[in-house]
Amino acid sequence: MSDVVEPALLEVSGLNAWYGAAHILFDVALQVRRGEVISLMGRNGAGKSTTLKAIMGLLARRDGQIRFMGRDIAAKEPFQVARMGLGFVPEDRRIFPDLTVTENLETGRQQLRHWPDGSPALNWTPDALYELFPNLGRMQGRRGGQMSGGEQQMLTIARTLMGNPFLVLLDEPSEGVAPVIVEQMAHMILSLKARGASILLSEQNFHFAQLVSDRAYVLEKGQIMYEGSMRELAENDDIQRNYLGV
Amino acid sequence: MDLYALLAQLLNGLAEASALFLVAAGLSLIFGVSRIVNFAHGSFFMLGMYVAHSLIERLGGGSWRVMGFWGALLLAALVVGLLGALVEMLLLRRIYKAPELFQLLATFALVLVFNDAALWIWGPEDLLGRRAPGLAGAVQLFGRAYPSYNLVLIVVGPAILGLLWVLLTRTRWGVMVRAATHDREMLGALGVNQAWLFTGVFALGCMLAGLGGALQLPREPASLGRDLTTIGDAFVIVVVGGMGSIPGAYLAALLIAEVKSICIGLGTVQLASITISFSKLTLVVEFLIMAVVLVVRPWGLLGRPQATNRHAAPVEAPLRRGSGRYAVAITVSLLAMAALPLLNQSLPYAAVLGQDVLVAILFVVSLHFMMGPGGMHSFGHAAYYGLGAYGAAILVKAAGLPMPLATLAAPLLAGLGAMLFGWFCVRLSGVYLAMLTLAFSQIVWSVVFQWDAVTGGSNGMIGIWPDEWLSGTRYYYLTLVIVALSAYVLRRFLFAPFGYALRAGRDSPLRADAIGIDVKRVQWLAFVIAGVFGGLAGTIYVFSKGSVSPDVISVGKSVDGLVMVLLGGIQALTGPIIGAAVFGVLQDSVMRATDYWRALFGGIILFLVLAFPQGLAGISLQIRSWWQHPRMAMTAERQEKLT
Ligand SMILES: Nc1ncnc2c1ncn2[C@@H]1O[C@H](COP(=O)(O)OP(=O)(O)O)[C@@H](O)[C@H]1O
Ligand SMILES: [Mg+2]
Repeated sequence: MSDVVEPALLEVSGLNAWYGAAHILFDVALQVRRGEVISLMGRNGAGKSTTLKAIMGLLARRDGQIRFMGRDIAAKEPFQVARMGLGFVPEDRRIFPDLTVTENLETGRQQLRHWPDGSPALNWTPDALYELFPNLGRMQGRRGGQMSGGEQQMLTIARTLMGNPFLVLLDEPSEGVAPVIVEQMAHMILSLKARGASILLSEQNFHFAQLVSDRAYVLEKGQIMYEGSMRELAENDDIQRNYLGV
Repeated sequence: MDLYALLAQLLNGLAEASALFLVAAGLSLIFGVSRIVNFAHGSFFMLGMYVAHSLIERLGGGSWRVMGFWGALLLAALVVGLLGALVEMLLLRRIYKAPELFQLLATFALVLVFNDAALWIWGPEDLLGRRAPGLAGAVQLFGRAYPSYNLVLIVVGPAILGLLWVLLTRTRWGVMVRAATHDREMLGALGVNQAWLFTGVFALGCMLAGLGGALQLPREPASLGRDLTTIGDAFVIVVVGGMGSIPGAYLAALLIAEVKSICIGLGTVQLASITISFSKLTLVVEFLIMAVVLVVRPWGLLGRPQATNRHAAPVEAPLRRGSGRYAVAITVSLLAMAALPLLNQSLPYAAVLGQDVLVAILFVVSLHFMMGPGGMHSFGHAAYYGLGAYGAAILVKAAGLPMPLATLAAPLLAGLGAMLFGWFCVRLSGVYLAMLTLAFSQIVWSVVFQWDAVTGGSNGMIGIWPDEWLSGTRYYYLTLVIVALSAYVLRRFLFAPFGYALRAGRDSPLRADAIGIDVKRVQWLAFVIAGVFGGLAGTIYVFSKGSVSPDVISVGKSVDGLVMVLLGGIQALTGPIIGAAVFGVLQDSVMRATDYWRALFGGIILFLVLAFPQGLAGISLQIRSWWQHPRMAMTAERQEKLT
């Protein structure tokens, strides 16, 4: 790695989280560097979504160190975290059903950001997003509630990109959508990556993850069981069998 | 009624609808975004009237009087909006995560505070406002004189509707408001600071209410009673139109105002041999409409099923069985209550207050039965109290039943009423259920109020005393025994399989259904039981006072019950008892201490809500947890803030 001098974009350590009295995450630690696409893998219920929500500040109870671009965000409200340039795409999409596609995008809009070195972050406009997601471009006036699952999935990603985030937390983009859409998602992520976007992806679909990501963390029962490059994970049958059910 | 008269009435309805719409639109907007049912919304309307009055007195004279007049109206709306923003920032922000009903309690306390503030600033007399310059007269319409100012009102409603539409659909802020109505947590995760959105919406809603009040001033005097009458109308309209729907609010305002106008126009009509007084029907017609709409379209005319509230209050903790110490506390309290009449020499008033508190306890325990374990929030529990009270009075007076028999029969009558109303109510949930209970209690109220021949109408009934052998101190002890037994029986219900089923249905209707519990049936039964014991409270009440008036069925009575339940804390079984006792004593002592008892009382409620979001019964728990785990309590608090 050449960029050791630059601090990691996102640095999580000792992250614990609870739902009510149920302790879900145990000392989760992970890092994402600028330009990386990282997969957070694990079976259903392993704690992937909980990890992403905990980072965003969406849980009632969490504990641990979370640093984003060198700043401590562990005590910040979700809207503050989002305004610092951390985008979040929830797994259940949470489209605003009464709002049109254009209006849904509007809810995510934030101003252009610059990296600490002065270079501009990706700057998204509705038109640029309609180019990235041609389907959305064809239904700009349609209400979110009247779209298919795959279309909603694209819209929820586009909506988060409108915030011009430095890093996107993307929760299971391939879940519950048709295979053609999964393919489009993969292309979309690769194209984002080619433009320099950084993504922390939660994913159960091994092939999908293998296609798009550089490194992976594997979660099981709220604990990180493995971390390493995607290539090593692809060759590690034990981990795949024990924690990913491949 | 000829055609022209009908047209004139319809025009009146249009003017009336505008005023109603302004208040309801604000209420609906606020509810949609913040999920707060703002009980104080009528108070903002009332303040709009008063502030407009003061401003017009200052600005509405001289050569600039036209501009001064209209400027004063707008300024009044702005002042009220600003006050709303302050309320949101200083009070509501602290309680968004408290249970829904606590927010209601806080806004109810505001009603009391604002009412006394208005009394203090503007005095008790009604204040007649100036007529609008140039519009004080009438125009000729359909061969009749029609107030020209009404024409302005007719235009204002649709104009505001249009402006709101533009604001909500054509501006970024409006898009955010609509998004927040659906999922405010997601909006936060997209970088939107909800706090300011909420402040803005609350201020806008209050401004609309203030404008409604200001515009009404040339038509009717500003008066202190206008807060509660307004909030009643506004609730009905918002529920009929669909909570959160602005066009729905206009539609409902129009529907209700027109039906009322037509009723007034029809007056008294002779149909075959029956005389129907339509003008008297105006008292209840809006509640009839609401009941019908809620039964046929539970989400209102243009509303949609409520989105699941992602910020819902935490699941209620399981009920705990009392410990040994708990039994000791109960015994001591019972003994203390039993000893009250012995103080007759030194404190003759103590037993009277004790009697009232006992009745209140029974009333509130029965209300808590359906609200707490049943999860059904009633805004109209006074209906059953009133059925019990009037039932007993009528059985004794008109049917000549002996008092003990009437005491047994009247609660059953209340139970029958609960059976009928409950059948409809359990089909709904949340605020809608609460509103339907309110509608039914208003219907009962208006029947009692108007059925002079049987109920004595507004005068009520007098001379309903217990039998000789049960009078005086004996009646007090009878009350004590009945109340204690009733509380015991209701408690037993909760720890029987029926009680488990009831709580299962409250916590997870779907899962309860899946394990074979007929949730609706269980809730219906709970509704009836609560009705019977509420009726019993009314029955005991009527024999203790010897008289009864329609006030026992008023909204105020239901709200008192609600406040007592919430004060005591909805999660504890002792809550309603503590709440009723504290409320009774507090109200009594505060009322005698100052003319501004409402403000003081409201202030106390606000303090309690902010300091003890779990209710009074939660105090001991809270203090114990601080004592035992000071560190844990602190982290818990910190985590609260993170939510
Ligand atoms: N809202 C919730 N309330 C209580 N428990 C939850 C909630 N959401 C998830 N859980 C539990 O937390 C654990 C982790 O869930 P989650 O993070 O959603 O897993 P994943 O995203 O890896 O499928 C699971 O055991 C799940 O049952
Ligand atoms: Mg998940």
